[in-house]
Amino acid sequence: MTENRMGARQVELEVLRYNPETDQEPRYQRYSVPCKNEWCVLDALNYLKDNIDPTLAYRWSCHMQVCGSCGMMLNGEPKLACKAFVRDYPGVIRIEPLTHFPIERDLVTVADDFMAKLKRVKPYLIPAEKRSIEEGEYRQTPAQLTRYRKYAMCINCMLCYAACPEYGLTKSKFIGPAAITLAHRYNQDSRDGGRDERQEEIATNEGVWECSFVGACSDVCPKHVDPASALQQVKIASTVDWYLEHFMSWVKK
Amino acid sequence: MGEKMSRRPYAQECPRATWYFKRPRYMRYMAREVTCIFIGAYTLMLLVGLLRLSQGQAQYEDFLMALRQPASVAFHIVALAFSLYHTFTWFNVAPKALPIQVGEEIWPDSVVASAHYVVWAVLSLVILFWAGVI
Amino acid sequence: METIKTDVAIIGAGGAGLRAAIALAEADPKLRIALISKVYPMRSHTCAAEGGAAGVIKPDDSFDHHFHDTVGGGDWLCDQDAVEYFIHEAPKELLQLEHWGCPWNREQDGSVAVRPFGGMKIQRTWFAADKSGFHILHTLFQTSLQFPNIQRFDEYYATDLLVDDGRCQGFTAIEMRSGQMRRFDAKAMIIAGGGAGRMFPFNTNGAINTGDGMALAYRAGVPLKDMEFVQYHPTGLPNTGTLLTEACRSEGGVLLNKDEYRFLQDYGMGPETPKGKPVLKTMELGPRDRVSQSIWHEIQKGRAVKTPWGDCVWLDMRHLGEKKIDERLPFVRDICISYLGIDPVHEMVPIRPVMHYMMGGIHTDTNAATPLPGLFAAGECACVSINGANRLGSNSLVEILVFGRRAALSAASFAVGVKPGNEAALAAQAEASQARLRELFMRSSGKERVAGLRKEMTDTMEEGAGIYRTQEGLDKSCNKISELRRRYQDITLHDKTNVYNTDLLSALELGNMLDCAEALVMSGRERKESRGAHQRLDYTARDDVKYLKHSMAYFKGLEAPRIDYRDVVITKSPPGVRDYSGAKK
Repeated sequence: MTENRMGARQVELEVLRYNPETDQEPRYQRYSVPCKNEWCVLDALNYLKDNIDPTLAYRWSCHMQVCGSCGMMLNGEPKLACKAFVRDYPGVIRIEPLTHFPIERDLVTVADDFMAKLKRVKPYLIPAEKRSIEEGEYRQTPAQLTRYRKYAMCINCMLCYAACPEYGLTKSKFIGPAAITLAHRYNQDSRDGGRDERQEEIATNEGVWECSFVGACSDVCPKHVDPASALQQVKIASTVDWYLEHFMSWVKK
Repeated sequence: MGEKMSRRPYAQECPRATWYFKRPRYMRYMAREVTCIFIGAYTLMLLVGLLRLSQGQAQYEDFLMALRQPASVAFHIVALAFSLYHTFTWFNVAPKALPIQVGEEIWPDSVVASAHYVVWAVLSLVILFWAGVI
Repeated sequence: METIKTDVAIIGAGGAGLRAAIALAEADPKLRIALISKVYPMRSHTCAAEGGAAGVIKPDDSFDHHFHDTVGGGDWLCDQDAVEYFIHEAPKELLQLEHWGCPWNREQDGSVAVRPFGGMKIQRTWFAADKSGFHILHTLFQTSLQFPNIQRFDEYYATDLLVDDGRCQGFTAIEMRSGQMRRFDAKAMIIAGGGAGRMFPFNTNGAINTGDGMALAYRAGVPLKDMEFVQYHPTGLPNTGTLLTEACRSEGGVLLNKDEYRFLQDYGMGPETPKGKPVLKTMELGPRDRVSQSIWHEIQKGRAVKTPWGDCVWLDMRHLGEKKIDERLPFVRDICISYLGIDPVHEMVPIRPVMHYMMGGIHTDTNAATPLPGLFAAGECACVSINGANRLGSNSLVEILVFGRRAALSAASFAVGVKPGNEAALAAQAEASQARLRELFMRSSGKERVAGLRKEMTDTMEEGAGIYRTQEGLDKSCNKISELRRRYQDITLHDKTNVYNTDLLSALELGNMLDCAEALVMSGRERKESRGAHQRLDYTARDDVKYLKHSMAYFKGLEAPRIDYRDVVITKSPPGVRDYSGAKK
């Protein structure tokens, strides 16, 4: 229990507010919140809401970095509010909703586009071989599990979409890091046989070929899923597919 | 609870010309992308050199004289710096595109990146030796 | 008011709700299924469960063992016919999840791996690192995306059930983003709204666990069963209450008091087993209620570790080694470093018991049917009861699958041949629901605030309905909750916007929590015995003569609920002694 976690401090929060019924545009509101040094930004927001301003709207649930609800911009960087600690912000903390998404109200964004993109890439197992329950489990060695497990850790927090300039610049046409990574997770799963179906969605101009490997997605990912690597691997696989199809069609993929 | 629809989602725009000034990591990305201009220019210069070589000794020696001008030297220094930045940034992210899994372990990024540096060093030595520089 | 017509409506899109939706979609592609949740499905609190899901699969295990472990673990308050059904379905459900892509941990030969867990005689807990709930939830959600007849209504908050002609015919819900109320007409309904841990100040639960599903059914006349049985998970972080999975102990972690003594052996769970080599069903692998109670006693005896956040005991995992922790408990390591600044590889972690799970809930039979025709329930919000007075770890993650599916089959069967209801009656009820909401929304003169009442509620629940209870404490809490329910009628909102009004939602959630809390403390006060997770300092013995029964709480408006009793179904296992000592092994 390190010393600098104890104690308290008055923290200034500069929070973006937007009420579509009364505001033409978003505006900022400043609050002064007494915080314990061990608090995360979410704790500060909860104190603010309970004691200072109950009208502030934001999403949160688990407070343990696994539900993905509390993504927001903290001093311009996409973060989970339950994973950012007030002791790491010596000055004013500017809190804004995730960028590149439309703002519904205050810190709440419209997530419709992301949900549609997730569905589009067919993120479910399309078994290579049928197997009945009576036949038991598909065999999968720990090594085979390692091939895709990292990519299965995505909590759908959308920080990578906020970090990705392609997503912002293409006005959301890009399918995006998390969705393509989820497709890749299934492509890499030894039980799956649906790669061709998913390639039709992700190995396209709106898919991986929109990605220019900025790598910001992997930088901000709170669960170390490394979406950038998944996308580059999909690019390579897609390129190899193309060459095999056009020049060596006798070779099965 | 009014019956009128009061939703008015506010679209957040990404400024086309200035988005990369927002964070240092975007500036580093743009720098990496800009390096391709210098690499392209250097490649053109090499092609011009080959062309001059094919046109005869006199032409080629004129070309070499031009290379020794201060402007050319300055260009070479800048192009070399950008090429090195380009190379090192790509070497460092290569492991992301080429994960190597042996058994249940995935090799650390540093191994794959280091392999790139090692191969580059070896090839450089070979070329320098072959060119008579060492 | 816009009306959405569907065949089966499911309220709650966590593990149980999603499993039900998939079961319905697979059973009949022409069935219209509406899946309603106040959060996007991936946010459901199923994602936070860590340890694993139990199912008999290994050759050295048997259904009989799982049965007896569960019934004994529940202190014989489980309905044994339901447990029989449950344990047989469990491995099939877990295999089904595997077929849908769930990344279960594996043995070297590729078969599914199992780990030991508390209160279980044989290892049977399937696991996916220490994020089993997360992987189960995401596997279910992603699988559900392939069924076009599952129509999702994300961020819709259900407010009232519509009951007419003696059956449940639908409900009203607020579309959170617009504030508009919608009416849903359904031939059958499944409630899978989860638990109500946010009634307590110190809990492992997410913000969303406010007993909405339980309260919906309760107010429609369905009894809440065994509400007094509240599980305290032994190992929670002392500052945030964040869960550290039971797997910490099943992988070999040990609990120590301030003198670094393994105190569990003093509470009937000895003799001490070798450090790092846990023996099933004894010492640190005893059932959660016993372990939490032992920690409470150690703290009372002054042998606790003093920390800035109160009295704790140590959880020591250092002897497991970095490799094992990174392989089996990586999320736990992350959490300890993040929120406490302590790395379990190198230091002991201070922990204390934290409220975690509700064994009680909406009364259903083994087919997941409530007494109200057309209404079914599954998951933590329901009480079948397979968990009885105390749930064994890793039974819940598979309970949601077994009864999610069971509720779906029952609902689909009920929905066949259901005639449309009386439009006038349903419209009138929906209008009444909207009028009540409008009144709360427009109220400007009330003196009470959501945050203030909520704090008073959580304080009294902690005092009166903690790990150990007394008549005096329960009396005080009953009176306090009753008072809070009256004062709740006077609540005024700060936020008067229609769009995404979280002040309104918090107020509605508080109302639901108060209803559940009253059922809880009243049931607890009437149960004058100690059984499983309901422990009283004034009635310390288990009383099978008077109380081998389920408590049933019936809603009576602003008055206190009526408490009645229902016999427990006993088949193979007559009530016995819960023996977690290692002596006979």
